[in-house]
Amino acid sequence: MGLFKDSNLITDPLADNNPITIQVLGICSALAITAELEASIVMSIAVLFVLGVGNVVISLMRNIIPSKIRIIVQLIVVATLVIIVDLVLKAFAYQLSKTLSVFVGLIITNCIIMGRFEAFALANRPWRSFLDGIGNSLGYAMILIIVGFFRELLGSGTLLGMEVLGNPIDKTGVYAFGYENNGFMLLAPMALVTVGIIIWVQRSRNEALIED
Amino acid sequence: MGLKQNLHNFKEKNKDKKWLPLFSAFHTFLYAPNEVTHNGTHIKGADDLKRTMNTVIMALVPCLIFGMFNAGYQHYLAIGEINSVSGGFFSPEFWNAANFWVGFFKILPLVLVSYGVGLGIEFIFAIKNGHEVEEGYLVTGMLVPLIVPVDIPLWMLAVAVIFGVVLGKEVFGGTGMNILNPALLIRAFLFFAYPTWMSGDKVWVHGAVERTNEIAAGSSADVISGETILGTLAQGKEVVDSVWDMFYGFIPGSVGETSTLLILLGGLFLIFSKIGSWRIMLSAVAGALVMGLIFNFAVDAEWITGSSKFYGLMSTTFWHHLLIGGFAFGVVYMATDPVTASQTNKGKWIYGFLIGFISILIRVFNPAYPEGVMLAILLMNVFAPTIDHYVVQGNVKMRAKRLKAKTA
Repeated sequence: MGLFKDSNLITDPLADNNPITIQVLGICSALAITAELEASIVMSIAVLFVLGVGNVVISLMRNIIPSKIRIIVQLIVVATLVIIVDLVLKAFAYQLSKTLSVFVGLIITNCIIMGRFEAFALANRPWRSFLDGIGNSLGYAMILIIVGFFRELLGSGTLLGMEVLGNPIDKTGVYAFGYENNGFMLLAPMALVTVGIIIWVQRSRNEALIED
Repeated sequence: MGLKQNLHNFKEKNKDKKWLPLFSAFHTFLYAPNEVTHNGTHIKGADDLKRTMNTVIMALVPCLIFGMFNAGYQHYLAIGEINSVSGGFFSPEFWNAANFWVGFFKILPLVLVSYGVGLGIEFIFAIKNGHEVEEGYLVTGMLVPLIVPVDIPLWMLAVAVIFGVVLGKEVFGGTGMNILNPALLIRAFLFFAYPTWMSGDKVWVHGAVERTNEIAAGSSADVISGETILGTLAQGKEVVDSVWDMFYGFIPGSVGETSTLLILLGGLFLIFSKIGSWRIMLSAVAGALVMGLIFNFAVDAEWITGSSKFYGLMSTTFWHHLLIGGFAFGVVYMATDPVTASQTNKGKWIYGFLIGFISILIRVFNPAYPEGVMLAILLMNVFAPTIDHYVVQGNVKMRAKRLKAKTA
């Protein structure tokens, strides 16, 4: 029963309480690593792991952490988890960890993680905190993947490294008709614009989200 | 009952229809609306939005026509069929029908795509939001074809116009609410999205790209290299065009920005019709000259030597900066955009001066972006409200102080 009762902890962050588009947290990584879809997906999985486990750990410790040093305790938990992710990536996907470079390390400073620790895990039981962590990282992942999809498709003409629009040098596929890749999509400003368009679409579909 | 009355009745009858803004747009475009305010006394000015827009377009038409001649002239000159101009501004080598038709058939599609796509979006948003179509795109639609290279593929222009109008204007609430100049936003989008079509030495002369491809495929034709003056200087090469050629505009460049003479005339027209702000134009020129003088001074003092990669542009005589690149065009037609510029008079001086100053700074120090004026104006667009805020606050403070001194 508990699973169904708390299912809104998973579904809310996917839509009307999305961490990126509504809470406006974790924008920095959404701009930095979404030029390729693969990097977006790996980043999403990394955040899913860190936030899911981190929320549970913080929730378990919530009654014994003195509130004056809670930020330091939170940082240590995140840092430990991020180092695990970083080492796993270096061991099993070295090229990818090169692409993500410092941004894996910067998960520590990802506002979503500290935000959820502070706002949720410190005041809720482990199972609910776990669901909240999973829900928020899925909401984060959803935006990252949408942005990564459009940026890679329009910017490089590929998806996950595969040439879906043809080869720009041999002029096959749509390139034969004079189409060209949009180099602007690979630059960070267009990530911001893409996130902006998602926010625009989302708010125009749901009047309750419009702020004055 | 005349046609005018018929049209008006038609509008009344279809008041609730969704497509009415579409009809009204053409109606107001052709006729002045016959609705008047019913109460109170009003002063009626003749310079409504429509007339303002049309005045700017009139000032732009000479640049457009010159651009058509220039496109053909650069094309024939590059393939060696005609000699370069010899007899001043009215040289027959330049002003002939062959030149005009080449340019006409290249540039007319740019104008049509720009207006077609841009107005299409304005209509869609007008119908969606149920308001009247605004005239705001009329000037933007004319500016856009004038600030792109002649051979830009039409679909790229269309994509950029969609981007510029939707994200530069409509999301902010349409005409008069935009923060950035839409025409410059469109150019900036093209510049960053498709740099191979917007910079380098192949795009400024009609046919140069095709010719390069033919040569790559084994043709024996000569390569056309149509480098702009700025590009030449940035590479530290010798400029072959004379200063008069630069002033008259017989040089490669974007469609309508080459002729400083016609831009100057257009600028004077805008000043005398009180559409464009002379404060912005004058202070921008001053800003550019100051920056140019600083660079010239640095060269004279031998802080910068010939071995530096900035030497070419820094040693350019300071006032030549006004003649080359899109500086004059940007300052006269885009920095003065009343929506995105500073509103206060003191603010206009600051705004204009910084545009000129930063343009030349970007131009010299960033060879990858040889046209600094576009980025400088966009940057100052963002700062314009801040400048106004401090000017207004300064005035408030001054008056408060005066009041205090009086009452004390």
